[in-house]
Amino acid sequence: MTTYTLRSKRRRDALRTALFMSPWLVGFGFFFAYPLVSTLYFSFMRYDGLNPPTWRGLENWTYVFSDMPKFWPAMQNTLWLAVVMVTCRVVFGLGVGMLITKIKTGTGIFRTLFYLPYLAPPVAATLAFVFLLNPGTGPVNSFLEAVGIPAPSWFNDAAWAKPALTVLAVWGIGDLMVIFMAALLDVPKEQYEAAELDGASPWQRFRYVTLPNISPIVLFAVVTGIIGAMQYYTQPIVASKVASGVMGGSGVVFQPGYPDDSTLTLPQLIYSLGFSQFNYGAACVVALVLFALSMAFTALLMRRRGGLIGSGD
Amino acid sequence: MTTATAPVPGVASPAARRARRKALLHWIAVHSLGIAAALFFVLPFVFVFLTSLMSDDQALTRDLTPNSWHWDNYVRVFHTDGFLTWWRNSLLYAGAGTALVVVSSVPVAYALAKFRFRGRHLSLLLVIAMMMLPPQVVIIPMYLFWAQQMDLSGTLWPLIIPMAFGDAFAIFLLRQFLLTIPNEYVEAARIDGCGEFRTLIRVVLPMAKPGIAAVALFQFFSCWNDYFGPQIYASENAAAWTLSYGLESFKGAHHTDWNLTMAATVLVMAPVILVFFFAQKAFVEGVTLTGVKG
Repeated sequence: MTTYTLRSKRRRDALRTALFMSPWLVGFGFFFAYPLVSTLYFSFMRYDGLNPPTWRGLENWTYVFSDMPKFWPAMQNTLWLAVVMVTCRVVFGLGVGMLITKIKTGTGIFRTLFYLPYLAPPVAATLAFVFLLNPGTGPVNSFLEAVGIPAPSWFNDAAWAKPALTVLAVWGIGDLMVIFMAALLDVPKEQYEAAELDGASPWQRFRYVTLPNISPIVLFAVVTGIIGAMQYYTQPIVASKVASGVMGGSGVVFQPGYPDDSTLTLPQLIYSLGFSQFNYGAACVVALVLFALSMAFTALLMRRRGGLIGSGD
Repeated sequence: MTTATAPVPGVASPAARRARRKALLHWIAVHSLGIAAALFFVLPFVFVFLTSLMSDDQALTRDLTPNSWHWDNYVRVFHTDGFLTWWRNSLLYAGAGTALVVVSSVPVAYALAKFRFRGRHLSLLLVIAMMMLPPQVVIIPMYLFWAQQMDLSGTLWPLIIPMAFGDAFAIFLLRQFLLTIPNEYVEAARIDGCGEFRTLIRVVLPMAKPGIAAVALFQFFSCWNDYFGPQIYASENAAAWTLSYGLESFKGAHHTDWNLTMAATVLVMAPVILVFFFAQKAFVEGVTLTGVKG
């Protein structure tokens, strides 16, 4: 009798769980598991969306890794973004986070102003920066020339396009500011007082008190930043389209990466291979590379205790 | 309550005066830095706004402020072909998307936060994996499905329908929030004979309002800002474009008319910023919740 009710309760619980989880279970199967398997399948096929797919073994894979001219530049750009852009964002975000904890007058206004650019829709923000940094009439270059600094062509110069994107990314550090601010306010005050009594300089206080306390958050910011760099899509594609003067809209074949592949990233390469060259096989290979990279860094986030999913288990 | 040790105004000891001067200098230094940073964050908005009000001729110059204020630039933007349609499409995509995501994600997040079942940890890991998955990874099969099997390319449905099956980020954020609601409430409701569904609706949801508000905001903005989705599914049909997608073509069509392009840019930014001012707290809470452990 007891075993019967226990078992039926267990079955009822399982049913209840399945019911609550059902939207996601369907979503997971349909928008994650199935397309991933399908992507793997197409990576071995030649397929253009019109003619039936034909099996080509590893042909797409060797093409992407050794023959395709754009794959390695895209990887290099990603590495550049992961190192330079992420570093700039984290350092600046931490700096602004520290600044906001020190500001005593008008804190709310400052915090709102610092946070606002993070909210600017990416397409709008990118357009704004292409305007601000445009070499002809942009206010930034007018200013640089007025003070006698040679003004770069930013989005129109292969050497300066990534730095221009970095400026745009640094402008939107509101998210980092907020999480750093929360972390900084959590540092025990006594530790600062103790350090001060011991005669620690401001730098020593930062190095030996602040940094050790907030290092998990710094790590979190770096890893999510790297994931973001690998997935960087909207800003570079909009910037290169607008700066190159290509008409947007329908039926336009656009090769992302302007100027000279300097802003090409893996997701843009997938788009370009799939939707302007109709080489679905190669697009799927690049997609799997991007998948592997994203998941590797995501695993890094989840491994640490107290990290992304630390609590509640 | 005056005591002998109370400092007499104007006759402070040299040490106290030095300390006060140091504090004042520190205050000035910090706030100057703050103002410098604020300029960096705000000036781009200011220049964009000022340029949006220039005459066509002046927008081609290096001037920073308009000689005459052309508010009618905004009217011209609204009269541009498609602009109102894009606006409506953005509202539809973001509105329907947000409603669907909230309704479908709440029960999942509740199960992940409050039920104990086998595979719970694995499910959570998979939710996070989905959250970190760039949409481009699965776009080829997804596009083939929506365009060839369902014949829905040229519409926003391929973007809206999936929202009915939960969004990984929303599930994760809500789960983090629901964890902060003490289990005692849930258990008390169960003991009182509430079914799980009623517990969720009557007990948990009212307490989870701030979390739901944050999720709704994030979802609304992520739809509003989405560029890749409309680019893939809607690009062939200008009647289905959203603002974020149409804005870019705006620059293409208006070539060097920076004033109109900047006016359109302001019109795309404005709703987001307005919403933010009304819901600042929920927003910041959401960022902190997903950023730090919980």
